[in-house]
Amino acid sequence: MNTPEEFTAEKIKKVSIIISKGSLEGIYPGLIMANGARAEGMDANLFFTFFGLDAVHRNRIDHIKVATVGNPAMHIPTLMGALPGMSALATHMMSKKMEELDIPPIHEFVEMIADTGAGLYACKASVDMFGLTSDDFVPQVKDIITVGDFYDLAAGGQIIFT
Amino acid sequence: MTTKTMTGVEVRLNPEGFFEDPSQWTREMATEMATADGLALTDKHWQVIEFMRREFTEKGTGPTVRVLGKASGVSIKELYELFPKGPAKTAARLAGIPKPKGCI
Repeated sequence: MNTPEEFTAEKIKKVSIIISKGSLEGIYPGLIMANGARAEGMDANLFFTFFGLDAVHRNRIDHIKVATVGNPAMHIPTLMGALPGMSALATHMMSKKMEELDIPPIHEFVEMIADTGAGLYACKASVDMFGLTSDDFVPQVKDIITVGDFYDLAAGGQIIFT
Repeated sequence: MTTKTMTGVEVRLNPEGFFEDPSQWTREMATEMATADGLALTDKHWQVIEFMRREFTEKGTGPTVRVLGKASGVSIKELYELFPKGPAKTAARLAGIPKPKGCI
């Protein structure tokens, strides 16, 4: 049972969340936290960097996979995780479970989070490194920004790196 | 638990301001709570509040924002314009139902 004291602590008003990984399990936590922040009435920004850019890449957003190799929490032998189709199978199973829990697929989730009023941004250094342009991203990405711009956007709030 | 007098009736609320007993709720109370929040309820607000109550009656829990966006007839963009402090949470409080559980 919640006590009144828990509700009197000063609330977080704004979060800026960095998504740096391109696997399913690397992308979802940041999306869930951004969506949850908006649901609680906080401001939220999402900054996609390095392989996290796949989460907003036009051609890759619908093909995000669970990493089945090098992930001890999968509880399968590493060599088995490397078998063809293993990652697709794990992704399928996890996506099914998520749908049951009303967690949207990544593409829908990205659109939904943009609709909540959160700002979605791509990291300029990573975009340049991968040779991408704004045309490579889903329209929900507002802008390609530098790390300095990101800190300006994040000013006065909390920063979460995932 | 706290109590608050709304429209002349003693209402039991949890520490976050959600109704302990949804059957105590009336439309007039929703208007009174909204006014205190600085919200002037329009037909669109009522469409969402009534949807919240229907879902709660049928399923025992309030809908998520995703469900609201898909089934209430009000888009997610509009929901956040109507309830800037969070549609699922604010509309649940105004509808006199518990705060929606779950992370989405």
